[in-house]
Amino acid sequence: MKLALRELLRRPGRFVTATVILTLIAVLLMFLGGLLDGLIRNSTGAVEAQDADALVFSDTSQASFLRSRIEPETRTTIETELGVETGGLGVVLLGARVPGNGPRDLANVAVWGYELAPSGVPAPPGPGEAWADEVLEADGVSVGDRLLVGPARIPVTVVGWVENTSYNGQAGLWTGVDTWRSVLTANRPDAALDTGVFQSLVIRRGDRDLGGVSVPDAVESLFDGEVVALTVREAIEEIPGVTEQRGTFNQILGVTVVIALVVIALFFALLTVERTALYGVLKAIGARSRTIFAGLVVQAVVVTLVASAVAGLAVVVLDLVIPPGSIPLSISATRIITSVVLLLVAAVIGCAFSLRRVLKVDPASALGSSQ
Amino acid sequence: MNASASSSATPALHMVGVRKVYRVGDEEVVALDHADLTVAADEIVALVGPSGSGKTTLCSIAGGILSATAGSVVVGGEEISGYNDRQLTTFRQNQVGFVFQTVNLVPFLTARENLLVVDEMGRREGKPARARADRLLEELGLADRAQNLPGQLSGGQKQRVAIGRSLMNEPGLVLFDEPTSALDTELGAHVMELIRTEMKARGTSAIVVTHDERITEYCDRTVRITDGVLEA
Repeated sequence: MKLALRELLRRPGRFVTATVILTLIAVLLMFLGGLLDGLIRNSTGAVEAQDADALVFSDTSQASFLRSRIEPETRTTIETELGVETGGLGVVLLGARVPGNGPRDLANVAVWGYELAPSGVPAPPGPGEAWADEVLEADGVSVGDRLLVGPARIPVTVVGWVENTSYNGQAGLWTGVDTWRSVLTANRPDAALDTGVFQSLVIRRGDRDLGGVSVPDAVESLFDGEVVALTVREAIEEIPGVTEQRGTFNQILGVTVVIALVVIALFFALLTVERTALYGVLKAIGARSRTIFAGLVVQAVVVTLVASAVAGLAVVVLDLVIPPGSIPLSISATRIITSVVLLLVAAVIGCAFSLRRVLKVDPASALGSSQ
Repeated sequence: MNASASSSATPALHMVGVRKVYRVGDEEVVALDHADLTVAADEIVALVGPSGSGKTTLCSIAGGILSATAGSVVVGGEEISGYNDRQLTTFRQNQVGFVFQTVNLVPFLTARENLLVVDEMGRREGKPARARADRLLEELGLADRAQNLPGQLSGGQKQRVAIGRSLMNEPGLVLFDEPTSALDTELGAHVMELIRTEMKARGTSAIVVTHDERITEYCDRTVRITDGVLEA
């Protein structure tokens, strides 16, 4: 192992090519992962932010807010029977005119009406006011701006910023339920809801004991199939396009990891061929194949860690430089660590392709011909 | 054929009826044919023969690098002819030293580290090994070159480092494969004197493989080999 580390320190030039290529691959892996996370967050942030044990939808809605209708009686039944806390929730997707922008330069917004505040969102603001997702900054929105929402141009004033609450790629505007209902009725009269009717219910169990039954199961057991209750995670997966986006990106990420594996395999196979004479000498003086192979793995791991560190730093800088809302990039420690782990696994597997060659090195080669 | 020493102490090497046969396609090639060789403790033997005569094969078998097809090989009282690869590796770590034809120092290690690599790959003694490496470098006149890389050493200095490396595991037998072939006459003579001095000072036996007759004057005995057959 010391031998392998000393070679890295004293002959770094031999490893520069592999390190540079792996750094680029690591940047690609982390950047693509960040894009996936950003896209998913843009589609699901508002749902993910819900501080809920269950979200309730009507049975024929396929867990779509826009198609779902929850009547007041349903809510009363849940509260009475289970003793849990409930909050009405609804959304409408519209364009908003921003002061100072052109008449066709609309900001895409998801206007939410809520009673129970999601994580990171303050309590519902006053009538005609909204907490706005910070991605609207990219559309030129500032705190205090009066947005005109939808074709009916309902005025909504931004009173502060929240983070990571987009839905279906549209920035969250978090309003009280009356403001939301008026925006919905004015702009989407076909989807208007009577007072007391919501698209969904947020359920919080609090300290209520449901006898070991999960909240979604407890809710659904109260009805004869009229409602669907989902955990937040399940509700996210029901959002159209989420599974497909994740699947597509994961395939691209998988191919990138395979490319990293091939690069490492080729590089260390080449290095092993170059070192055949040296390995012959080492074996002649008593080195075991496993010791030599462990040295290769150590070198691959160090090269991968250096490449990952540089790449991690690069994508973090990118994330800081790119303004919110311009591209859906979300770099997290989890994503970087996951990428590093994947690359390390690829490095070890890539090295394994050189194992056979290491095993085949004949110590007799150190003494001239084996014959 | 028998080439034996007169010493009565446990011999450094005792080979009896050793054969090495390689299969090349459908043919068998006999590289070593019923070789008997005994090297006494403290004895330096020159193994002389033309290219392809089998001297490297004999050396490899004596050093536990190759296994004999038949016969008995006892090194320092240890019968190694039945050893598997793993046992032979352990044997090489502890019982024999090698000096290779092309020196073959690890190019990115200093002279001192080239000695210590033997310990790193084998016994892993640590501090005693470091002390031994320093002592060997001192004795070989390389104390001031301990931190130099092979590329910063002359041919003779590299050869001395290689000799030091071969002595790191305190072997009873050191095998020299054409130790002077890459050196000029004067340097070659100097290296052979050094080999003799160092081996005799430690009571270590040596086999010096060569095709250069001038080398034999530095050895206690000369054994010749032709077409895999030893001559007394």
